[in-house]
Amino acid sequence: MSATLTPDRTAEAPSIASNARDYLERVRGGDMGALPAVFGLLVLCVVFAILRPAFLTSINFANLFTQGAAVTVIAMGLVFVLLLGEIDLSAGFASGVCAAVLAVTLTNIGLPWYVGVLLAIATGVVIGIVLGTLVAKLGIPSFVVTLAAFLAFQGLVLVLVDEGTNISIRDPVIVAIANRNLPPALGWALFAVGVAGYGALQLMRARKRAARGLVADPISLIALRVGTLAVLAGFAVYFLNLERSRNAVVVSLKGVPIVVPIILVLLILWTFVLRRTAFGRHIYAVGGNAEAARRAGIGVDRIKISAFVICSSMAAVGGILAASRATSVDPNTGGANVLLFAVGAAVIGGTSLFGGKGRVLDAVLGGAVVAVIENGMGLMGYPASVKYMVTGCVLLLAAGVDALSRKRAAASGLR
Amino acid sequence: MTPVLELRGIDKSFGPVQVLHDVAFTAYAGEVTALVGDNGAGKSTLVKCVGGIYPIDSGDYLFEGKPVHVNSPRDAAELGIEIVYQDLALCDNLDIVQNMFLGRERRNGLVLDEDSMEELAQKTLASLSVKTVKSIRQLVSSLSGGQRQTVAIAKAVLWNSKVVILDEPTAALGVAQTAQVLELVRRLADNGLAVVLISHNMNDVFAVADRIAALYLGRMAAQVKAADVTHSQVVELITSGRSGELGLKNGSGVTQ
Ligand SMILES: Nc1ncnc2c1ncn2[C@@H]1O[C@H](COP(=O)(O)OP(=O)(O)OP(=O)(O)O)[C@@H](O)[C@H]1O
Ligand SMILES: [Mg+2]
Repeated sequence: MSATLTPDRTAEAPSIASNARDYLERVRGGDMGALPAVFGLLVLCVVFAILRPAFLTSINFANLFTQGAAVTVIAMGLVFVLLLGEIDLSAGFASGVCAAVLAVTLTNIGLPWYVGVLLAIATGVVIGIVLGTLVAKLGIPSFVVTLAAFLAFQGLVLVLVDEGTNISIRDPVIVAIANRNLPPALGWALFAVGVAGYGALQLMRARKRAARGLVADPISLIALRVGTLAVLAGFAVYFLNLERSRNAVVVSLKGVPIVVPIILVLLILWTFVLRRTAFGRHIYAVGGNAEAARRAGIGVDRIKISAFVICSSMAAVGGILAASRATSVDPNTGGANVLLFAVGAAVIGGTSLFGGKGRVLDAVLGGAVVAVIENGMGLMGYPASVKYMVTGCVLLLAAGVDALSRKRAAASGLR
Repeated sequence: MTPVLELRGIDKSFGPVQVLHDVAFTAYAGEVTALVGDNGAGKSTLVKCVGGIYPIDSGDYLFEGKPVHVNSPRDAAELGIEIVYQDLALCDNLDIVQNMFLGRERRNGLVLDEDSMEELAQKTLASLSVKTVKSIRQLVSSLSGGQRQTVAIAKAVLWNSKVVILDEPTAALGVAQTAQVLELVRRLADNGLAVVLISHNMNDVFAVADRIAALYLGRMAAQVKAADVTHSQVVELITSGRSGELGLKNGSGVTQ
């Protein structure tokens, strides 16, 4: 093709069909996006549901959220670092350090929960500033910086929990986060606000664009999106509002787990930052072509440091969720497989290890895949050894899809 | 008439290698100045010094007659200098609009004003008589080499700048598109901008340039009016640094 830019914008008004065609074209061109994660999630759920009917119970469904929350939140933060083409291997133990700070503040010192949460997140911010500065200003590869931090933080957790003791957490607010549910009515209220808000936003955007004569999403497509969201979310809320207690007279157990709205708020917040603010735009730019970003006057170092700060503070939030779920902090909090699961979640969701491509939603989708594998294999009675090996294979598979789609995009001239 | 952009005695080294020696260069409003020279003569380096990408080692940088310090790309953009780099400097993972406004996004408070950016990008592309792209929300990675070059040029003329520098803007373009870019270059100058065009094509240079500056091995061999020299004289300046009375004396760097 020569340099003329082909004119066919006016050829057809956008419709569901044309949008679907564009999407298929992108997928064929190697941009698979969230497709593998969604597909994998469906297959896994069907297989586990057939093999173990217990998988489909309301109580197990609720467990999935509380089990996967910490890894998902850490993965959300990792997306920012991965978008730059960097890596943070220390995110797991950073979450452990922050959880330990929380536990020490609450249990050993006896300060109120909000002080503990603030100190934990502040610790995450400081960690991010240190890591980011070493990477951006000194130019040490992030792999090395965060590998060193991985070791150091492991030691730091030990120091904080006094060489291996276990600090239990009894603060009712912190314990509630990962162990309590919203009242069923509140779940429905949130559902209504969420779906209505999403629909209103989409409609407003389309109206504004149409008024300016720009290509806008057709009403039918918006209806389809909002409808899908309403059906999926409505089903989830209904299911989670069923009585899960074996003995409902003694203790009633129903409602949307509190971690769900927490994850949703973080998802919306960070998606807004990445998609709708100049800062988010600059993250993508630095990940796509750092030199071009620099020439556009973007402070590349500042962007890099901010990404590490976001990553480590999200790790802190993940650490708080983990501490809440376990109602204690020990030297293994944030250790073992947490980091690999988090990186795996982001990559399985469709975030590229090569930088420049990814969304916060990827972390949630990938986090769901990881949680389903862990949960389903547990129900099947497989030992931890098998779980590790399967998750490892899935991570490799996801990274392979990432690398292949990149190659494919290069072949079709898309990169 | 004071030149919009004037450089005097610019030296630039990369480590032990001195790439620019005592270079003087001027660009006037309403004129096209062609910057020519062999591969490796230092044209792109000079342009990057102007754009604040490389700091200069020594020399004077004057803008509209006043000495200025340009230490970053942002400083250059604030003065009103736009550059189309030889390597285009586009982000493949962003779309056309996002690339055109990169680093200077329009906002409503905290939120990006996508619609007004899209509108303006559309207008600019149309004013370049670029036939509309399939979608200006297309990723740059999906564009052909020539299309990318057009986007890079559109990005530079989007802003109300005073100086536009184009580093080999037609290298990847077909015949028709090259003619269009040259026409644009002329139009920008006629609108009162100072335009600097780097090109290896003498026909293009003589078609649009008012002045020609020839770099030879990092030294400014001569900066002359295009009407005062012939094709072959310019070629001689490029290849040997001198042509009769014009050019470097014994490689001493003294120009006339
Ligand atoms: N970043 C750098 N580090 C070291 N040397 C450099 C660097 N950039 C350019 N050079 C050297 O400076 C000299 C001039 O390079 P420059 O790119 O300015 O040439 P040019 O005139 O633009 O050539 P061309 O017509 O091929 O684009 C070359 O010898 C090159 O090797
Ligand atoms: Mg060059």
